[in-house]
This record gives sequence, C-alpha cells and structure tokens, in this order.
Amino acid sequence: MGQNGKKVAKTGNEAFAEAMRQINPDVVAAYPITPATEIVQIFSQFVADGAVKTEFVPAESEHSAMSACIGASACGARSMTGTSAQGLALMWEMLYIAAGLRLPIVMAVVNRALSAPINIHCDHSDTMGARDAGWIQIFSENVQEAYDNLIQAVRIAEHPEVRLPVMATTDGFILSHCLETMEMLSDEQVRQFIGPVPARENLLSSLENNRPITLGALDLQDYYFEHRRQVAEAMVKAGPVISGVAEEFGQRFGRTYGFVEPYRLDDAEVAVVVMGSTTGTAREVVDKLRSAGQKVGVLKIRVFRPFPVEEIVRTLSPLKAVGIMDRADGLNAFCGPLYPEISAALYDEASRPKLVDFIYGLGGRDVSPANIEEIFSDLLQVARTGKKNFNLKYTGVRE
Amino acid sequence: MPTLKELSSRPERFVSGHRLCPGCGAGIVARQVMLAINKPVVVGCATGCLEVSSTIFPYSAWKTPWVHSAFENAAATISGAVAAYQSLKKQGRISQEAVFVAFGGDGGTYDIGLQSLSGAAERGHRMLYICYDNQAYMNTGIQRSSATPLGAHTTTSPAGRVLPGKLQHSKDLPAIMVAHGIPYVATAVPGRWNDLVTKVDKAVNCGGFAFMDILSPCRLGWPHEPALTMEITRLAVETCIWPLYEVVEGKYRLTYRPKEKKPVTEWLKLQRRFSHLFKPENASLLEEFQKSIDRGWEQLLKKCESA
Amino acid sequence: MEEKKATWKELPEADVLEGGSSLQFKTGNWRSSKPLHHMDKCIHCLLCWIACPDGAIVVKEGRFLAINEDYCKGCGICAHECPKKAIEMILENK
Ligand SMILES: Cc1ncc(C[n+]2csc(CCOP(=O)(O)OP(=O)(O)O)c2C)c(N)n1
Ligand code: SF4
Ligand code: SF4
Ligand code: SF4
Ligand SMILES: [Mg+2]
Repeated sequence: MGQNGKKVAKTGNEAFAEAMRQINPDVVAAYPITPATEIVQIFSQFVADGAVKTEFVPAESEHSAMSACIGASACGARSMTGTSAQGLALMWEMLYIAAGLRLPIVMAVVNRALSAPINIHCDHSDTMGARDAGWIQIFSENVQEAYDNLIQAVRIAEHPEVRLPVMATTDGFILSHCLETMEMLSDEQVRQFIGPVPARENLLSSLENNRPITLGALDLQDYYFEHRRQVAEAMVKAGPVISGVAEEFGQRFGRTYGFVEPYRLDDAEVAVVVMGSTTGTAREVVDKLRSAGQKVGVLKIRVFRPFPVEEIVRTLSPLKAVGIMDRADGLNAFCGPLYPEISAALYDEASRPKLVDFIYGLGGRDVSPANIEEIFSDLLQVARTGKKNFNLKYTGVRE
Repeated sequence: MPTLKELSSRPERFVSGHRLCPGCGAGIVARQVMLAINKPVVVGCATGCLEVSSTIFPYSAWKTPWVHSAFENAAATISGAVAAYQSLKKQGRISQEAVFVAFGGDGGTYDIGLQSLSGAAERGHRMLYICYDNQAYMNTGIQRSSATPLGAHTTTSPAGRVLPGKLQHSKDLPAIMVAHGIPYVATAVPGRWNDLVTKVDKAVNCGGFAFMDILSPCRLGWPHEPALTMEITRLAVETCIWPLYEVVEGKYRLTYRPKEKKPVTEWLKLQRRFSHLFKPENASLLEEFQKSIDRGWEQLLKKCESA
Repeated sequence: MEEKKATWKELPEADVLEGGSSLQFKTGNWRSSKPLHHMDKCIHCLLCWIACPDGAIVVKEGRFLAINEDYCKGCGICAHECPKKAIEMILENK
C-alpha cells in the first residue's frame, strides 16, 4: 500500500475496503450488490494477495453472508460484511438475530433505494427500514468520515458494555464512487486503535474450557422480554461508548466526531436536519443565506442509532422552524422516518420549533442548492408567521 | 464400527430433559449422531421441532457448543463457524480440535434452506449436514414439504373429497447433493443404528462437506404407534422406500440390501397419513406409489453397479 | 418444576445458557405407561439403550442398569426393540 498516514485520493468504496484491510477481520462473508460491490471485490483481492489474515466466505446470498457472520462471531471471530439496498433487505431477518444474540458484527452499508421500481442510486430507505433492528447506525458525510466511522465501529461494537452490531454507511454513488482526498492512518495505528477482540465466552472457547454453551435458545413468554430489555439497555450504554471512542480517536488522530454536528446554529432561527452527503450542500446554502442576513443553520445527524435525543433537544429547541430532510418515505400518509423521532424528542420542551418534513432525493434524485434554498424559504416563512401550511413536502419531485 | 458397549461408554451430548414428543425419531437421531462423533464438536440447528424442543430457555439438551440462528440457514451459520475456526487456528489463537455439524429438518433442508445448503456445499466448508427427515413441517403443525411422499395427508395437502393428499413425489435431495461433487453423501435410519453410526463417523472424517439424509419418524404427523419408531424405519428400508446407501467421492454403494423386498403397503399401513390410499378409489395412486419406489430402487441399483 | 426466574439484570447477556442444563427438567410426569424391566430375561444387548429418544436407559459398564424414571416418557420403544421381551409396558399408576 505504501500510502499509510498520508493524504490519498479514495472513493467511498475504496476507503471502506482499505479500512477493512487495516481492521484485518478474522472472517468476512459477503455478497456483491451495486453500489457496494467494489468493497467485496477489493477485499477479495486483499485476501488473494495475502494482505489480510481473513477467512473470506463468498456467500451465495446476503442472507447467508449475515448468517455466516453470525456463526463466525458466535465463535469469537471478528466478523465483517458489506451490502446495500436489496442485499440489506434480504438480510433483514438476520439483522435482528445478530443484535438479539449480541454479536458485534461490523457492516459497511452503501445506502441505495429499495425496489420497486428497481434503482441503484442513493436514498436512505434501506437502512431506515432497519432502524429498529438493534444495530448501531453511523452515517458518513464524506469519504474520510466513512473510513473513520468504520474503524471506530469495531471498537464500539466489541465494547463489553455494548456488544451490538454496527453499520457505518455511505451515500450510494455520491460517496461510494466519488474520489475524494482523505487521510489514511497507518496499518499500525489502526491495529493499535482497535486492539484485539475482547475476550468473551463463545462457542469455541466453551469447547476448549469444556463448559459448553447454547446460544440462540427458544425464549417463550418467560424470558424473551428480559433478553430484549438487555438489548435496549445495550443501546443506551452505546451512547457514552460512542462518545468515548470518538474522543480517543480525536486525541490520537486529530479528527473529532459527535453524535450530531451543528453548523452555524448558535444564533439561528431556522435550520434543516440532514444526514449523509447532503450536509455539504446544505452548509453552502446556509453560508449564502447567512451572507444575505438570514439566521439559518444546519444540524447533521451522524449517529442515528442510538438516537441522539439530548443533542437534538439542546440544538433544536431554541429554534423557530426546523426542516427535517428525510431521504426516505414512511409511506404512512404522514411523513418520512426521521420526522417523527425528532418531533418526539422535542415534544416535551417548553420552547420548541415548528417542524416540517421534506422528503427528498429518492432513488438518487439530485438535490441542488436551489432545492435547499426553497426549503429554507418555506421555513423562514413558517418562522415569520409562526404557522405552517403543510406538514410534508416532496422536494425535487416533478409536480 | 464401535459396539453398543463402546458407544455406551461415550459421553451423551444430546441429553435427557428435552421436550420432543414421547417416541420422537428426532431424539433418537440426535442421540445416535452425537454418540457417533467421537471428537469435540460444535453443533448448529435450524428452526424446527428438534431445535425448539431441545433448547427451551433456560434448559438446553446439548452438552456441546450449540447455536441456532434461524430456519433456512443452518448451513450458512455453520459455514461462518467453520471459517472462524480455520481463521483462529491459522493464527494460532486456538489449539482445540473441533468438527462441525448442522442439523436441519426436511423443511429447513429440502425447501427453505436448500440455497444455503447448496452454497455451503459448493464452498466446501468442512462440516457434516444432517437432515433429520420427518417428511413434513412438523413444528408448525404438519404441513407438506418437498420431502413429503406422494399421497400423504398433511395439513396443507389434505386428503379431501376430490384430492387424495399430496399430488407430487418427494424430490431426490441426496442426488442433488451428490451433484455438488462433495466427498460424502449418505442415507440412514435410526433403526439401523450400526449403519448410521458408521456413516456419521465416515462423514465427519471425509475432509470436506458431508451430507446425510436420516429418516426420522414423527409419531404425531405420520402418525404411528410411538413404540414403532425404530421398527418403521427398518420397514422403510425393507420396502426400498428409504434405501441405505452412501456416495463416496461420487461412487454409489448400497450399504444394506433387503433380503426380500417388501411391498410398500407394509410401511404405508402403519401410518394414518396414508390411510385414505387404501380406499378403492385411490387404488391407482397406491399402484403409482409402488411403481415409483420400484423405479427409484432400480435406478439406485444401476448407480451402484456402474460405480 | 419451580424455576427461579431471573430479572433482566441478573440474566447472562444474550440468549446464552449452559449446555446440558435440560437434565434439570424432568419429563417423567409425561408418562401414562412405563417400562418394567425384568433383569432375569435381560442379555444386556443395549438395543433398548440405543433406541431410547430420551436417554432414559442407564447403562453401567456395558450392562443395563435401570430405567431413569425422571426422564422416561413411556413411549414403549425400548419394550418393542428388546429381543428378549425383557421390558414390559405397564400402566403408570398401577
Ligand atoms: C423464515 C421462516 N419461515 C417460517 C418459519 C416457521 N417455521 C418454523 S419451523 C417450520 C417448519 C419446520 O419444518 P422442518 O424443517 O421439516 O422441521 P420439523 O419441525 O419437521 O422437525 C416453519 C415453517 C420460520 N421460523 N422462519
Ligand atoms: S411433532 Fe413429530 S417431529 Fe415434532 S417432536 Fe413431536 S414427534 Fe417429534
Ligand atoms: S434390549 Fe432387552 S435384553 Fe437388551 S439390554 Fe435392553 S432390556 Fe436387556
Ligand atoms: S419407554 Fe421410551 S422413553 Fe421410556 S425408557 Fe423406554 S424408550 Fe426410553
Ligand atoms: Mg420436518
């Protein structure tokens, strides 16, 4: 590789694959799907070249890829995979099982619209649909973040107080196939940062100690609730762990990350909430409107699971109007998936903004600065009048 | 081949206190398979009667590391475990020897799990996959599977006023597995324990992916007198409904030849799921049943001869 | 069977449990009939032992020792398999 610790140009997929090489997992089981295919391809080459110690399982489906990760992780192996859209949908059943069995699998997901109609481009419908699966979800704004997030994901997932699977995502094509300049850590830096897999009872260790365990038993009315309660608690505990891992990452490597990232919110009256690559465009629009004297800002959500309620309340409750940019539809005759969670977070606050949902960018529909300016102009009007004429708008669809 | 005395000195790894029905074939299959494997073993199980009855929290009948994740993916789950084992072994992080076994019912194997089974076999993970074949989805209340025999009454192929039970033959899954070019495929029945134990031992030592289809009577779904569980599997062999053979590196070999082939009715009449076949209006179906068994037997003999 | 049910904080993490713990779960009360063994007829061939789905036949040093009534579900397979008719099925509460 020879480019460790310096500035390099990488696509999102290359950055994910390089991070995986440096993480050097014990097992990778994966199946190709656009736009995540390259991650598996590049990684297969690392295996073929002996650049990793990984056992690679070229599964015959994503369902089996996740099942194999589950089997491997249950044996104490650090296990990873990557997928997108239909692939993630085919894994659905196993996502819940990975979390319920408390297996720290790490997955690189490239966000893509779910069929039908079939489409290969970005929206967030795939991971949004997995939002209750018990996976930690970290969204990336750019290639650098994708790389940094995947490396941090290993530490978060395996933390003894967490032990939940983690997905780190990029926006399909926009990040996955786009060359950006980023800084790669050295292999040694990554190795030291993630450390060895923390010791934990597993199938193979229980065979060695002659104290066999059973994993995945049938829980009837008597135990299921207690075990799910434990998963819920792990998600609560994940919060401080994510912060701690990000802080250590920042101290070591100089790049700091929070659950959310506010932009020019301090004195703002109006803001949009956004996830992923659209954040950059939203910031540009904010700068433009700011120079025209408008008090606007952006709140980027990086960690979607666990949901950063405190940060949302702290940053958004003083505002007058907030637009939630949902890159997925809820198809509930009401709103997209991000909107109700933000509403619920703010509901009990004495002072809270009016909220409007903007569903945008489905199936890779480009979101232009003009689109976002339009959103801000709607929001500024709501702020001025204190009234909203609509709850949901589809931004960028041909009317 | 170990004697029963030798086997009885081995530790039981499928132990008492499970909640399979009294007389369930799956319990005998699981016990015999676990006794036959004289090595440290990790087991995976597909959702189904064996899994739900043996691991009701907080009680597990598996005295060996065991995992269940879902219904259609026992082979995939265990392929991950095998990959983990190989990876950790290669890195010197474990020294323990281990073999890997996956159990699935006929539903979890012939039907919904066929893809993951095929994938794992093609990739050649070193494991033994056991289908305990009770010829229907018993756990959900006796629905048809592609292993259900012609004419059998199940709750989704019921015998009614116009339909005589299942209209299709069961498929030849062992042949499908042979077509994968895996080193070992075999059939077995618990009623011929010595044959079963010998095959399991060969299978786990074959160096690659091994598949065994083991007939596993269900006293509730077939239904039959529970005391006959072992007997009925021997009758399946004697009637050539469930011939005993093994396929080593693609070569078929009969491991037991009935002295005198019995008519299929001997087997059918013991099970209520076939009782309607004995009505005069279903005589032709009964005949078709016999013919299909005869055909299958002839074909098998040819495969064994040409090997 | 009284089992102490742990709270979510007490339970081990995930759906993990100790292998072989089903021995604590007695299935003997499922029976309506039970096997009665006649040692005088027994040749210790162990065919009953290999046929029992519930591992309820106790063998010691290669010889039939007893039927473990804690687990025997009374299916009658052992009696049917015994070549010497050394096992007889009788009504449970006789
Ligand atoms: C994806 C999925 N579909 C359906 C089920 C419901 N289900 C559980 S077990 C079972 C049938 C099992 O049949 P088989 O594999 O033959 O095992 P048996 O119960 O007969 O031993 C079904 C349909 C499930 N658990 N998962
Ligand atoms: S229903 Fe059939 S297969 Fe299931 S436990 Fe009962 S006898 Fe066994
Ligand atoms: S089968 Fe009969 S003779 Fe053989 S050991 Fe059992 S009881 Fe004794
Ligand atoms: S009656 Fe059934 S369960 Fe009881 S010992 Fe005999 S075979 Fe085992
Ligand atoms: Mg079945």
